[in-house]
Amino acid sequence: MTASTTLTPQAYLQAQSRWQPIEIIFWLATLLPYVLFPDYLSLASQIAITALFALSLDLILGYAGIVSLGHAAFFGVGAYTAGIIAKYGWGEPLSGLLAAAVLAGLTGYASSFIIARFRHLALIMLTLGFGLLLAELANSASWLTGGVDGLQGVKMWPLLGMFEFDLYGYVAYTYSLIVLFAVFLFARRLINSPFGLALRGIRENAVRMPAIGAPSRAHIQTIYTIAAAIAGIAGALLAQTTETVSLETLGFQRSADVLVMLVLGGAGRLYGGLIGAAIFMVARDQFSGIAPQYWYFWIGVLLVMVVMILPNGIIGGLSKIYGRWKRK
Amino acid sequence: MSTPAHPARTTADNRALALATRGLSKSFGSLPVARDVEIKLPQGARYALIGPNGAGKTTLINLMTGMLTPNAGQIFLGDDDITATAPEERVRRGLARTFQINTLFAGLNPLEAVTLAVAERRGIAGNFWQNTAIHKEAIEEAHDILVRLRLGDCCYQITRELPYGRQRLLEIALALATKPKVLLLDEPAAGVPQEESGDIFEAVAGLSGDLTLLFIEHDMHVVFRFASHIIVLVGGAIFTEGSPAEIAADPGVREVYLGKRKHG
Repeated sequence: MTASTTLTPQAYLQAQSRWQPIEIIFWLATLLPYVLFPDYLSLASQIAITALFALSLDLILGYAGIVSLGHAAFFGVGAYTAGIIAKYGWGEPLSGLLAAAVLAGLTGYASSFIIARFRHLALIMLTLGFGLLLAELANSASWLTGGVDGLQGVKMWPLLGMFEFDLYGYVAYTYSLIVLFAVFLFARRLINSPFGLALRGIRENAVRMPAIGAPSRAHIQTIYTIAAAIAGIAGALLAQTTETVSLETLGFQRSADVLVMLVLGGAGRLYGGLIGAAIFMVARDQFSGIAPQYWYFWIGVLLVMVVMILPNGIIGGLSKIYGRWKRK
Repeated sequence: MSTPAHPARTTADNRALALATRGLSKSFGSLPVARDVEIKLPQGARYALIGPNGAGKTTLINLMTGMLTPNAGQIFLGDDDITATAPEERVRRGLARTFQINTLFAGLNPLEAVTLAVAERRGIAGNFWQNTAIHKEAIEEAHDILVRLRLGDCCYQITRELPYGRQRLLEIALALATKPKVLLLDEPAAGVPQEESGDIFEAVAGLSGDLTLLFIEHDMHVVFRFASHIIVLVGGAIFTEGSPAEIAADPGVREVYLGKRKHG
């Protein structure tokens, strides 16, 4: 408190965005699976992909306060884009990733004109509606998507022409982790920018924004497009590393799951989605081993406990404890 | 702009108008909340808008700032008709307001909130690639505004944890960050203990003389002290207007407003 008041305003804001030691530890820890769980690299890869998806939702929900129950729509568009391109003869992963980002981003941009006009329950219903609509479109266009059988025959080329996707998920995890880290760096920059501040302004008080001359709708359209593109990248990663795309990538369940992950981890905190995704995916892996049909029971227990005890998620709770400890 | 014919007392001197309304009317269903309102704010004026509860004072501010759409009438900012202009565009053109009930960014600290408002005005709020901290001028401008309103020592403290009086000052700081030509203050000292409300009005009085001010206030001591001109609103219509001395001497005003002050 006394230390911060002596900082100049500029130095204070600079300090807000400085890398913390705990962040470096976190990213170093993402390398542990190579050593500790070499048999689980496929799972680790799925976690990294899901974390990226959760990060994209955090940008709109956690930062701009836009609740979505249809975010899987963009994940699915990305997955099908990357999958279809690879199936029809272009298996180069990075360009597939880019194409997925562009198409998902365009889908996000198109829907953002409607999304930016609504809030609260109407927004939840709209995003849900868009999600269902896209899922059924993919279902009916089975000539293109494979419908309920899923997209088969996706064949990826080696990454950078050198690294063949292996059975153990070594390349898959490395690829997913690097993409996750790169997008995370982008997101981190974004939230520490003036635009990131404007997003927090929208979340904190949407009524005040026009009164300070802020074009909230334009801001919402921008972040919605960016979040959609990132979700599309996550979907593309899943398609490329598993070499298949199912309708489930577009499904309501995926939209709901990612929301749960974000709430578990802590929305509006860059690491909330990452931690939430890791906990959710590991819990699913472990609990479904115990009772495959009932594993959501435990997710339910976890969700109720976290929301009751830690309203700002696990990261929120941890930073509160850390803050108290630091003050002593 | 042609001067609308209106029998009400107008300002004696011929200063250019900063903000004006003509025939402004609004109804909520069958309830009229603004009736043919003509307001003329000369540049640099310090006007007070008074009237009993439910007279439509806040409604008038909402109409002028575009948060409500009038059923009839026009609003002029300088020479421009802004009746159909979007609220945020009105702000960019120099018409700012504060809110009677704190409408702040509770989870941001004052420095962040005012920096945001400055960034919006400077057109850098769409920048998502550079760190906010590199925009030194914007940050310093924000900090200067906060210091001017004596918020410098608490500008790193999260808004929701600030004392109420400080939050009221932050309301004004946010509006000032938009560099307004006209500032509409909706009960700037609402809810603040009487001994502290003076501080807020001292801050208001200390604002630049170029700034045109219209404020809503219930405390008549404050009104008489800080306003050069008073508009009395009753039932959505202008009841009368004039200098503080004229209003104080007006028996009609005493009856509809001053006499009933104890109720509201």
